[in-house]
Amino acid sequence: MMDKMIFGRYVPAESPMHRLDPRAKLLMVFIFVFIIFLANNIATYVVIGAFTLLILNMSKIPAGFLIGGLRPVFYLILFTFFLHLFFTKEGDLLFKWNFIEVYENGLRQGIFISLRFAFLILITSILTLTTTPISITDGLETLFNPLKKWKLPVHELALMMSISLRFIPTLMEETDKIMKAQAARGTEFSTGPIKNRIKAIVPLLIPLFVSSFKRAEELATAMESRGYRGGEGRTKYRLLKWESKDTILLAAIMVLTVLLLLLRS
Amino acid sequence: MQINLTNVEHKYQKDTPFERLALREVNIDIPSGTYLAIIGHTGSGKSTLLQHLNGLLKPTKGSVHIGEYTLAAGKKEKNLRAIRKKVGIVFQFPEHQLFEETVLKDICFGPMNFGVSEKEAIMLAKESLHKVGLSEDILDKSPFDLSGGQMRRVAIAGVLAMKPEVLVLDEPTAGLDPGGRKEIMDLFYDIHKETKISTILVTHSMEDAASYADEIVIMHKGTVYETGSPREIFSQSDQLVSLGLDVPNTVRMQLMIEQQCGRKLDQICLTMDELSEQIESLLKRGVPK
Repeated sequence: MMDKMIFGRYVPAESPMHRLDPRAKLLMVFIFVFIIFLANNIATYVVIGAFTLLILNMSKIPAGFLIGGLRPVFYLILFTFFLHLFFTKEGDLLFKWNFIEVYENGLRQGIFISLRFAFLILITSILTLTTTPISITDGLETLFNPLKKWKLPVHELALMMSISLRFIPTLMEETDKIMKAQAARGTEFSTGPIKNRIKAIVPLLIPLFVSSFKRAEELATAMESRGYRGGEGRTKYRLLKWESKDTILLAAIMVLTVLLLLLRS
Repeated sequence: MQINLTNVEHKYQKDTPFERLALREVNIDIPSGTYLAIIGHTGSGKSTLLQHLNGLLKPTKGSVHIGEYTLAAGKKEKNLRAIRKKVGIVFQFPEHQLFEETVLKDICFGPMNFGVSEKEAIMLAKESLHKVGLSEDILDKSPFDLSGGQMRRVAIAGVLAMKPEVLVLDEPTAGLDPGGRKEIMDLFYDIHKETKISTILVTHSMEDAASYADEIVIMHKGTVYETGSPREIFSQSDQLVSLGLDVPNTVRMQLMIEQQCGRKLDQICLTMDELSEQIESLLKRGVPK
């Protein structure tokens, strides 16, 4: 069931995207999330679409896998599309059937917003697909380091994040295990009436909570017994190295920003 | 209930970059009433194999016949529930599946899912609680207040209460102390003898495989390496060692004795009693100097 899930998952491979510094990728995604809102006509969407495709191509993630993984979001995109299609009442009337009216702007908006959605999800997925959770947190910690001046517990936040990322696969595995154990005792998770399926969540969630609490306690003990005292004076095993290709990525996103500003109407 | 696996192949996460072949060309016949032990190195496909026995996993090629039901690659089987009622699985660390407020409710969970009335479920719960050697006064306790060993027994009772016709055990004694281990294994053996249900045990313990099983399957790299009676299997100690497995303690002792006095015992000894008998007869005949 979760075999095809791609969110938060890392696919080990050798690709230009994999080799980039996590800080560069994080900044790129951060800027991308903002500038995607600059796109508002065909030219700008073509430019930003080309950029997205370029990044996807550079990541060497099989397209079939990406598309398969996006299936759950696909319905959300479809829903957004129809929402805009039916409820934007501007421009020329294109189509009318009973109470359904489709206007030109509605169609445009629908397509644009769906594309925006898809691009955003693809670019953010590429970040997690090509960067190990550890590098993402390392990158975030360094990027947020200046905020320490304002007493923001940057190291602790990064630690919390890396711990939760680290335990996502463990939790998934355990979910799978307990689901199977309860299915063997006659629980049906994917068939039968909705009411029963909702009820089936209890025998799954309770054991998961119990074991998560237990694991958290064990982890805390293990960390303490290995002398963990927090981030003060702690050195790093993996050092991040900023190279020229990272600067090129940032330059590329800057160029994209300028292009969007010039082309937008 | 008879179980046949024909050319079973299983690929995890098929058609993704994570695709992994876990089973290939597995052929096993388990006649009704057999006590079968599956042994193999970690990662040899044992756990994947046992999940095929009640439709938790479906073969990506080949087919699994469970009694009158068939699970085949690419076909949808609607009677999964019926299969699961007949094949009970005790997973590794079964205490992790406990969730109800009381022990009674937790044991009744399985039977009631399969349509048994509450009254009957309570009777089944009490019966299986006795079978696993616990007293009725814990019925109203929360399963989370019990000791580890008791939790394991309650979880096992929860599976036994479903009255399965085939009992599948995935290392049921992992993490228990030696005393508890023997008690649990004896308990499954008694149930097997009494009710004639097929029992399939996945284990790392060569001693358990030797002393309880009628038939042993060795899994290696996702496929069946060899099938045979315990005596056949454990008489090939070199082969077992080359697979990263071992022989039971009694066999190891026997091999040492045989090497020391340069004489073969009459048969491979699977239990302590057999071994002591053999040593006795050897001594009676006189050890050559």
